[in-house]
Amino acid sequence: MLTIARLTIGEAARRRVLWVLVILAAIAVSLTAWGVSTLVAGARDRGLSELEIKFAVSQILIFIAFMFGFVLVMTAAFFGSPAIATELESGVAQAMLARPLRRSSYLLGRWLGLAIVIAGYAAASGLLAIGVVGLVSGYLPPDPILPVAYLAGQSLVLLSLTVLLSTRLPPIAGGAIAVVAYGLAWMAGVLGKIGLALDAPSLVSVSDASRFLLPTDAFWQGVVYGLEPSFVINAAEGEFVARTSPFFAANGPAPAILIWALVWTVLVLALAVAQLRRREL
Amino acid sequence: MIRMPRLSLDLPAIEVTDLRKRYGAVEALAGLTMSVGRGEVFGFLGPNGAGKTTTVKLLLGLARPTSGSGKVLGAPLGDLGTRRKVGYLPELFRYQPWLRAREVLTLHGELMGLPRSRRRPAADEALQVVGLADRAGDVVGRFSKGMQQRLGLGAALLGEPALVVLDEPTSALDPVGRVDVRGIVRSAADRGAAVFLNSHLLSEVEQVCDRVAILDHGRVVASGALDDVLGQAETVVRVSGLGAGDLSAVERFGPPTLEGEVLTIRPMEEAGVPDLVAQLVSMGARIHEVRSGRSSLEQRFLELVARDRPPAGTPSAQRLR
Repeated sequence: MLTIARLTIGEAARRRVLWVLVILAAIAVSLTAWGVSTLVAGARDRGLSELEIKFAVSQILIFIAFMFGFVLVMTAAFFGSPAIATELESGVAQAMLARPLRRSSYLLGRWLGLAIVIAGYAAASGLLAIGVVGLVSGYLPPDPILPVAYLAGQSLVLLSLTVLLSTRLPPIAGGAIAVVAYGLAWMAGVLGKIGLALDAPSLVSVSDASRFLLPTDAFWQGVVYGLEPSFVINAAEGEFVARTSPFFAANGPAPAILIWALVWTVLVLALAVAQLRRREL
Repeated sequence: MIRMPRLSLDLPAIEVTDLRKRYGAVEALAGLTMSVGRGEVFGFLGPNGAGKTTTVKLLLGLARPTSGSGKVLGAPLGDLGTRRKVGYLPELFRYQPWLRAREVLTLHGELMGLPRSRRRPAADEALQVVGLADRAGDVVGRFSKGMQQRLGLGAALLGEPALVVLDEPTSALDPVGRVDVRGIVRSAADRGAAVFLNSHLLSEVEQVCDRVAILDHGRVVASGALDDVLGQAETVVRVSGLGAGDLSAVERFGPPTLEGEVLTIRPMEEAGVPDLVAQLVSMGARIHEVRSGRSSLEQRFLELVARDRPPAGTPSAQRLR
């Protein structure tokens, strides 16, 4: 398994995918730094208080995290959906699986390699963005590692789904299904919040069912919660507008949903292994 | 933990009994029974869709048989540990295009469990054998098809496996490459490896194999030593001035048949040809051409696999397309 994981990481580096991601992240972080410093300087010139500036910067960070989270999800989908399918179609996998290599080791090795690349990219880019924004604005989230970990977790959940789809479906189909499923789960999360605020149990049920099927929304809640300053949470908690906003979270995700996400990932990977074992190569 | 196979030189390299494989309504393999010995080059022949590649996949554990049983190097089909001792060149030979040739082989060395210190020397040795030593550091994605097939052959020979399975090993090679492959196959057999050569290139099989099996519609229609499969030797004489009544005079050479000007004596070895010619001349016949020998593998193959096929162009043949 570790041989295949190492091979997968090597592939990302050798095919220049990693370097493209690093360059894109550097551009995004530079633009963010420039934008935030310009905004903060302008706000200070206009005499806004530090509290107001912190609030504004936290909102910008949440918006950047939203965009970055989507980029990570797309990266997971584009990396994961061809992971098995393309190698089976091309015959690269057959040459390796005729060796004493278990199909489970092959699949989990592919997943692990991609997971390390995606989580590493999420951690490096996310922490760099938060650090740079902190440097130019003076605002750092209470625990910068937490939102980055949630962003990585969200993309790993989606990576697992795409790897499962990759054992049966062509890459484009698997990637498209995963991205659409992620979008639906995100929307279901928003509807669930609105349902709670409006006391509409059917909306809440839809949201709960969606979290059960694809637990990515809980991670987004964790990202938002982790990027907010505590005074914002205290001030906005209970406000109707805040309770319905996808860009506000009064709490982090419940431990139960995080445990479910872990169990879900294990189950999805087990299903992927079973699918690959059953498949005639 | 993958169990190391216990190899015995007494056991056949491959032994399968009544192996069947069904894909939905299609019976790809309909009861294959065969045995391949150590140090033997075994040619597995058949037209497209006969079940050759299916057999290879079953032997390597890439697909599971619907029924039947088999052993590879003494272990049941699909045994993981045995694959350490099996080299395989797939029909669809594709390797990581972003790796260098030597890296592909060291990766396969790692996957087959070669000790770390042996991987690079074994890779270099295999590259040398297949004529890619000077391209060891080149990226595989820039290789021609022929070079990729040579690399695949190198992967199949890596670490001196006890069984080498080659699925259409010369499909992308030029004539020089084909000659090279014949030499490589023979030297693998000379060091004691069994070589299972899956091919539809009959001349290739004829020149390199000790035994052959001809597969058609998932069934073996002929098998055995090449001489046995090719059948008896015959002598064909194009002759004029000979009548049916003269045939009794040449019966001592073998049973004769005369069709127009073509006299066929079967069986008849080549050694009797001068005496036969002398006899015919003494009878006043005029000889235009004499051919002696066995039918080629191609002729035999066509006899075997074409006998239940309608001729091309007939309505039923057109339906098959």
